[in-house]
Amino acid sequence: MTQAVEARVVLDADDVGRAIARMAHEILESNRGAAGLLLLGIPRRGVPLAHRLAAAIDTAEGVPVAVGELDITMYRDDLRRRPTLPVGRTRVPGSVDDRVVVLVDDVLYSGRTVAAALDALNDLGRPRVVRLAVLVDRGHRELPIRADHVGTVLTTKAAEVVDVHLDETDGVTEVVVR
Amino acid sequence: MRHLLDTYDLSLADATRLLDTAETMADVLTRDVPKLPALRGRTVVNLFYEDSTRTRGSFELAEKRLSADSMNVAAKGSSVSKGESMRDTLLTLAAMGVDAFVIRHPASGAVAQATNWVGAHIVNAGDGWHQHPTQALLDAYVMRRHYRSLGVEGWQGKTVAIVGDVLHSRVARSNVWLQKTLGSRVVLVAPPTLRPAGVADWGVDVVSDLDDVLGEADVVMMLRVQRERMEGGFFPSTREYSERYGLTPDRVARLKSTAAICHPGPMNRGVEISSAAADAANSLILDQVAAGVAVRMSVLYHLLGGTDEEDR
Repeated sequence: MTQAVEARVVLDADDVGRAIARMAHEILESNRGAAGLLLLGIPRRGVPLAHRLAAAIDTAEGVPVAVGELDITMYRDDLRRRPTLPVGRTRVPGSVDDRVVVLVDDVLYSGRTVAAALDALNDLGRPRVVRLAVLVDRGHRELPIRADHVGTVLTTKAAEVVDVHLDETDGVTEVVVR
Repeated sequence: MRHLLDTYDLSLADATRLLDTAETMADVLTRDVPKLPALRGRTVVNLFYEDSTRTRGSFELAEKRLSADSMNVAAKGSSVSKGESMRDTLLTLAAMGVDAFVIRHPASGAVAQATNWVGAHIVNAGDGWHQHPTQALLDAYVMRRHYRSLGVEGWQGKTVAIVGDVLHSRVARSNVWLQKTLGSRVVLVAPPTLRPAGVADWGVDVVSDLDDVLGEADVVMMLRVQRERMEGGFFPSTREYSERYGLTPDRVARLKSTAAICHPGPMNRGVEISSAAADAANSLILDQVAAGVAVRMSVLYHLLGGTDEEDR
């Protein structure tokens, strides 16, 4: 029996704000402060998330944190299975060498995006440590990858879709499962 | 995109996408590891029936930077010099498993013919007097960067003067159509003997006197005078050509202060362009060479970076 699947909001803007504040503290805790931190957002929504995390770290610690963006298009393992994808730009303030890089993305699913990000990072230099922060971990991993800092864990069916909406990109902040 | 054969069919959206991706590629080229895995496993053959240093070299480097396997086949020293037809050469190479051919040929239209013979992607690297689309794209790329350095976005109201032997120039033809698509006003400056038949239908202004356009051009693009033309009776002498159509130091001084100077190379210093012009602060000639690799990476990525099924 099939029925129309209704979208349900699992996190509202306040929930997202609290999750980001907690992740910011976790990052500071595991890094013992903000020294050497570089937050690299994975487009699209990883980028505004990285900026929000940086702002939260600044609020907590009073230290500005470097933020950049890492385009992974040309490192995707399914590049040849899709029509040519538009490429974005990678912007890294300074070098990644010997820094503590925190990759930031909205949803962790198969893990393939993160694997591509690690490959892309490898071509940029050699960070001291690479960590992963995601707002939503929805399971169904296809690669041996896990996140260090997670906003929320959602139990999902593979057929479901998890959408993260952010004010910066979508005009509203919420996490929706449909 | 399946092939890049000319600039007539290039839409504004496609051209803009190619230029934008070239910016990303230029960023990559400044890194310690200036390489991307995007075309890993793809094979590209550079098939050149004419001599070329910068075009062939920059295509080859672009292919390597994108991790494609590339192979150079020059007409000299290959079975072409034994009389093999272009069709047979292409079929033979295609049988080895080739994803794209980058072809330069002295006959106008020869490169487009290749699309009828093999299923691979075809890039025109210059065919006779006809087209050289990647040159026009890299010219547009350096122009856009130049405009942006002045804080100007967009092509509206910009005047590009293309000066010299328009008749025999694929660079001129490629640039005319791309610049028109982008929105520039194009002025051709050429002696009556070096204008193509039908130029009146190109939708561009055509003038004889270079001095008339110096004050209004945002870019002056000087065309190379080919040596064989100098003895071909198209103009009385190189000295007279230089006086009438050369970018002399005196003419450089009369350009707008924001105007840029382009030349596709190789230059005949003292003929179509003076050293003062070629080495001027507002000369983009070396930027054009530098842009070649990034722009060709962009073209190859857009042709080969995705699945083939969508296009076929």
